[in-house]
Amino acid sequence: MSPAFFENLFAAGIARGTPLLLAALGEIVAERSGVLNLGLEGIMLASAMTGVAAAHAAGPLAGLAAAVAVGAAFGLLHAFLSVSLRCDQVVTGLALVFVGAGLASVGGAPLVGLSPAAPHFAALPIPGLEDLPFFGPVLFSHSWLVYLGFAAVPVVHYFLTRTSWGLAVTACGEDPMAALAVGVRVARVRYSCVAFGGAMAGLAGGTLSLSVTPGWVDGLTGGQGWIAVGLVIVGGWRPLPAAAGAFLFGAIHRLSLDLQGTGHEFFQDPNVGYFLNMLPYLSAIVVLVVASVARRQAGAPASLGRS
Amino acid sequence: MTWAPKIVVEPRIERSRSLLFLSPMAGLAAGILLGAVGLEILGIRSGAAFLAILRAGFTGGPYSLSDTATKACPLILCALGCAVAFKAQLWNVGAEGQLLVGAWAATGIATFVVPAGAPSVLMLAAMAAAGAVAGAVWGAIPGLLRARFQTSEILTSLMLVYVAVHWNNYFIYSAWSDRGFQMTPLYPENAWLPRLGDLAGEAPAFSGMTLHAGFLAALVAAGWLWVLLKRTRFGFELHVSGLNIKTARHAGMPVKRNMVLAMALSGCMAGLAGMCEMSGVVHRLQENFSPGYGFTAILVAWLARLNPAAIVLVSLLLSGLLVGSKQIQPSGIAMMLQGVVLTSVVAADFFARFRIRFEPGVQEEA
Repeated sequence: MSPAFFENLFAAGIARGTPLLLAALGEIVAERSGVLNLGLEGIMLASAMTGVAAAHAAGPLAGLAAAVAVGAAFGLLHAFLSVSLRCDQVVTGLALVFVGAGLASVGGAPLVGLSPAAPHFAALPIPGLEDLPFFGPVLFSHSWLVYLGFAAVPVVHYFLTRTSWGLAVTACGEDPMAALAVGVRVARVRYSCVAFGGAMAGLAGGTLSLSVTPGWVDGLTGGQGWIAVGLVIVGGWRPLPAAAGAFLFGAIHRLSLDLQGTGHEFFQDPNVGYFLNMLPYLSAIVVLVVASVARRQAGAPASLGRS
Repeated sequence: MTWAPKIVVEPRIERSRSLLFLSPMAGLAAGILLGAVGLEILGIRSGAAFLAILRAGFTGGPYSLSDTATKACPLILCALGCAVAFKAQLWNVGAEGQLLVGAWAATGIATFVVPAGAPSVLMLAAMAAAGAVAGAVWGAIPGLLRARFQTSEILTSLMLVYVAVHWNNYFIYSAWSDRGFQMTPLYPENAWLPRLGDLAGEAPAFSGMTLHAGFLAALVAAGWLWVLLKRTRFGFELHVSGLNIKTARHAGMPVKRNMVLAMALSGCMAGLAGMCEMSGVVHRLQENFSPGYGFTAILVAWLARLNPAAIVLVSLLLSGLLVGSKQIQPSGIAMMLQGVVLTSVVAADFFARFRIRFEPGVQEEA
């Protein structure tokens, strides 16, 4: 395995991990405010489909905007059900997966197999930095959405830990009654956070269908929404570990393809491919268990998921 | 000062029995309405669509009823399994994966283990046992991880669904493939569950009907599960664990053991559903034989409020929808309608849990 192998792997890992990262960042904010949103898979599917549809009509930027709007709409719906109607957040999240997945399947039917698959965002190498050995192609030769992801991590971290709004969010997630007592408008904060989470999931879906794997096929996300939910737990509700996890999973997704391309006999056997396809999901389970053992779950917001 | 009524929302102390039934009905109605609106937006004529669904699923004569009941069989079994887990607040979202491995195990027995000449009862029993065990193992894994490490069973059971898909694909496309086709060889005769259509000799009205003995098994399972949940100690312990796990622990109940058992039982039912679908309908392992039974089962279990009798009813309703939705393209409509209905019912549940009062009040003028 040459250095080029790792270069490609890490570069692809970062590109493929960006939707995971964006969705996970949004979910971190939502869960920090105390609302569990399990609907990410459905939201990502619906927004990915909408993004492609809108991009065909009016270009990739319009597609991205449409994807974000759809995500925010789903987020608001979940907020209404969870915050205003105090419904069980697990069930409403699952219901949204049904709705989103069904919507994507129905609306996406005419979009499958179109050529060109979708107007998409081309890579935007940063002049100068792109020529760095190894780091150039790995970090600085991606589409602008990846750079957005890079920037989003410190921004979300700063927001959550250093601003008074962030403090209000954390307060809502830990003890909403106490927050209410000091004047924090819990419902309003939660609505905003969940809508933001939905918008980020929409952005993730749009990134997936307009940048990472342009075009639409049924079930495009392949479980990435669920992995994003898991990343929040694994990352201890903090942006930076979640980002590391996202890029790691991006690389694992890509690994099975790359291994089959190395020419090594074992991986050329097509039967091995089926088991390589299981790799992202099995590693997700392993990472979740490791995180549980390391007591990451102790870092959960105390009022998470309580209606 | 002016008179202005105040709207007060307060939680109900006692859940009103009539509303427990009415609110899901209202939610169902609202969901159907919203679904119709959604269909219209997507350019599909909702009136014609719903009529087509009704006809294909329910009112189109005995054949439609037979089709509906046939589809309800795996749904009932999966939903019963989900209900067991949900009772203990264990969210088994991976029933689809457990169904898939159950189907795989049953196929293995039918194709490679029990000879084609063996008595049918033996073959079917072996397949059922294999399907049950495979599903139980697939369900026990998230259960074990939850009991031992407190890892979220939602995420682990869901990841295992994707693993199960690829696992089955390996056997469908490669290891057990029938001469390179995308399916395993057809089951021998003794691996087929008896169908109504087999009685066509004595009762010509039954000819061509696909309803199979698995449906009876599902009904029996529903009865058995009712007894388990309402009349046994295990059921009681699950109930307490679901309400308050600390109480259960303090009372000395083997909480961790019950967690694993509940998830294993849940998976076992789904595995049986997979076996029934194989033996009763498909008769060979192939991809996408399940239109998401494991996921629809979650909806069924929740709508039925975990009551086994209600599960049978709701399953029949929803499988009618599934049968009928085959008439309308595209196929994602069934899933979308299920999602809209579930969302509406969940929202309507608000009225069962909270009471809205209008209090006469006064408003100070500024």
